[in-house]
Amino acid sequence: MNRHLISAADLSRQDALDILDTAEELAGLAGRQIPKLPTLRGRTVVNLFYEDSTRTRTSFEVAAKRLSADVINFSAKGSSVAKGESLKDTALTLQAMGADAVVIRHGASGAPHRLARWVAGSVINAGDGTHEHPTQALLDAFTIRRRLGRVDGLRVAIVGDVLHSRVARSNVWLLHTLGAKVTLVAPPTLLPVAVGSWPCATSYDLPAVLPVSDVVMMLRVQRERMADAYFPSVREYSRRYGLDADRLALLPGHAIVMHPGPMNRGVEIAADVADSPRSTVVEQVANGVAVRMAVLYLLLGGGTAGAATGDDRG
Amino acid sequence: MLIRGARVLGRAAADIVIGDGVITELAEPGRGTAAGRQVIDATGLIALPGLVDLHAHLREPGREDAETIASGTSAAALGGFTAVHAMANTEPVADTAGVVEQVWRLGREAGHCDVQPVGAVTAGLGGTRLAELGAMADSAARVRVFSDDGRCVADPALMRRALEYVKAFGGVIAQHAQEPGLTREAQVNEGVISARLGLAGWPAVAEEAIVARDCLLAAHVGSALHVCHVSTAGSVEIIRWAKSKGWRVTAEVTPHHLLLTEDLAAGYDPVYKVNPPLRTATDVAALRAGLADGTIDCVATDHAPHPAEAKETEWAAAAFGMTGLETALRVVHEAMVSSGLLDWAGVADRMSARPAAIGRIGGRHGCPVAAGSPANLVLYDPAPLRLVDPAAHASRSRNTPFAGMKLPGQVIATFLRGRPTVLDGKLAGR
Repeated sequence: MNRHLISAADLSRQDALDILDTAEELAGLAGRQIPKLPTLRGRTVVNLFYEDSTRTRTSFEVAAKRLSADVINFSAKGSSVAKGESLKDTALTLQAMGADAVVIRHGASGAPHRLARWVAGSVINAGDGTHEHPTQALLDAFTIRRRLGRVDGLRVAIVGDVLHSRVARSNVWLLHTLGAKVTLVAPPTLLPVAVGSWPCATSYDLPAVLPVSDVVMMLRVQRERMADAYFPSVREYSRRYGLDADRLALLPGHAIVMHPGPMNRGVEIAADVADSPRSTVVEQVANGVAVRMAVLYLLLGGGTAGAATGDDRG
Repeated sequence: MLIRGARVLGRAAADIVIGDGVITELAEPGRGTAAGRQVIDATGLIALPGLVDLHAHLREPGREDAETIASGTSAAALGGFTAVHAMANTEPVADTAGVVEQVWRLGREAGHCDVQPVGAVTAGLGGTRLAELGAMADSAARVRVFSDDGRCVADPALMRRALEYVKAFGGVIAQHAQEPGLTREAQVNEGVISARLGLAGWPAVAEEAIVARDCLLAAHVGSALHVCHVSTAGSVEIIRWAKSKGWRVTAEVTPHHLLLTEDLAAGYDPVYKVNPPLRTATDVAALRAGLADGTIDCVATDHAPHPAEAKETEWAAAAFGMTGLETALRVVHEAMVSSGLLDWAGVADRMSARPAAIGRIGGRHGCPVAAGSPANLVLYDPAPLRLVDPAAHASRSRNTPFAGMKLPGQVIATFLRGRPTVLDGKLAGR
């Protein structure tokens, strides 16, 4: 493993499998009476969130606490960040406080790369701009593996605003690394012009792709994209790229429906689809804790004594 | 002054005799008359006419934390320049006779090289109404180049009027070609890198659409257009076509667009953030070919100093721009001469004669290294191969993308009307 988890594209197949296997072991923990391991006792994990994301922050917080780490939530609101402190100065402050890991959510793509230059501890990307959200992709892969037994060889359709989606980017790279066949489905305006350089197929036709998909992953579509003419109206988007009960019926019987949340019910996903047994939305949230525990465990645990001081652990 | 044994334009060695700020004689080596003159041994050095930059941001007035006219022209002299055009996007904007005269006067007082102010096309760079172009033209600064650089004159009617209006005093509009509607929040070249990094794309077409439009406008009104910092293969094609029609279109390319590619953005280090953005290897090859065949007339630095805090930040929050005055000749050496695309006479043409002509300062700058020319000269040692060290730069800012790169060559001396502004690679006192 690298010292940081910034991009799913940086993960080797073995790294990814190690995380998923570790998460599988740790997932058993949730059922125990005292759901806590002493592994990261005395370590400090900082949640540095520049964007509101209660679900991701809470997931990391629960994961770190179940490993007995001390957790500091450093949110942009009510801190020096709100007064205009630079990312660098915040990083140096966290460094001085001895953070062993910084979990960062930031609106700017690449912010975790910058942070990693200024702190000695591990940097975990909890979503940066329209770049990546690697732990989301890991928990998605974990969810797929639990439901369908494997990832290798599966056909995965990722549907929606790929251009602005960090979830899509991380999933494309990770699923490719794990041997899945990914097809991106979106209106042409919501695909990057250079999408041909990615290790996946593309389609503009959702009904054509669904019958040959084992997994369909719906992305959240933001209404403000309409103002920039990415699509004419929410209704038209929903008609062409939304997943309703009729389209659900086009999927093979074993196929699952995923969504990273939060959902726009009635836009990219119909309520009855979101609540159907084939939807993994709630499982994804639960699995997020196990996967984030695994990431913290592998980046910080590692079994080496020097880990807490933030020296180079390769 | 007597410069002994310099290889003029990289050719055979000669002695250059200077008197009263003018080259008085070019003699066989050893034959130049010393007659009490200061003698400078230039054995092995290349003599070029003093370089002329059509495009630099000297930041004064307003952003003296990033650069001053004194520090920027020091950097220019150390880079071999004897004249620099100072862009208008200062605070206040150089859109009145008062501001351009202030810039011109500060340049004269600093004395490191001539500062030729560029005037804004539109008042306050606002893009809505013309600045008083005639007043700037008639001022002591004698402004002939007008540009809203940093912003595009996007309104086609306003661009047409600007092109027409400057015909009255032989001016030229230097356009920052960037269609704003296609580049909202744009961060990097739109393509493989923008897709992968999740940064908003700056598509080549946003430059090319404006270049094409402006070439057609210049032809329609019979005026002179200069295209700033051409960055795409498509722009080169359009300019080549416009020139083939005989239209009065000229163009510049920056050193960084001749050497660097978009891949450098992969680590999100904003030292590589620049406008227009670094492009692909295909674009770099087309820009080099365009400069070599003369489609692109000249190299201009787009020297854009920024304080450290403007670059030590997330990519999207960082300022656009790179310093370039102190590395320009070395980069052109690497990109154009080492690659065999230009000889030193070609470098003199693209970095001195042609930019001087476009900037309407020919006769004072960009003259041949010959008897009777003003003694604006640079002596360049092509031999060294050294790391670029921003800490050693005279610019107040350190945002050079070439930091840590090995580049050939070193400017040894620069002469402004016979007076050394740089000697032994260091600034010379007045």
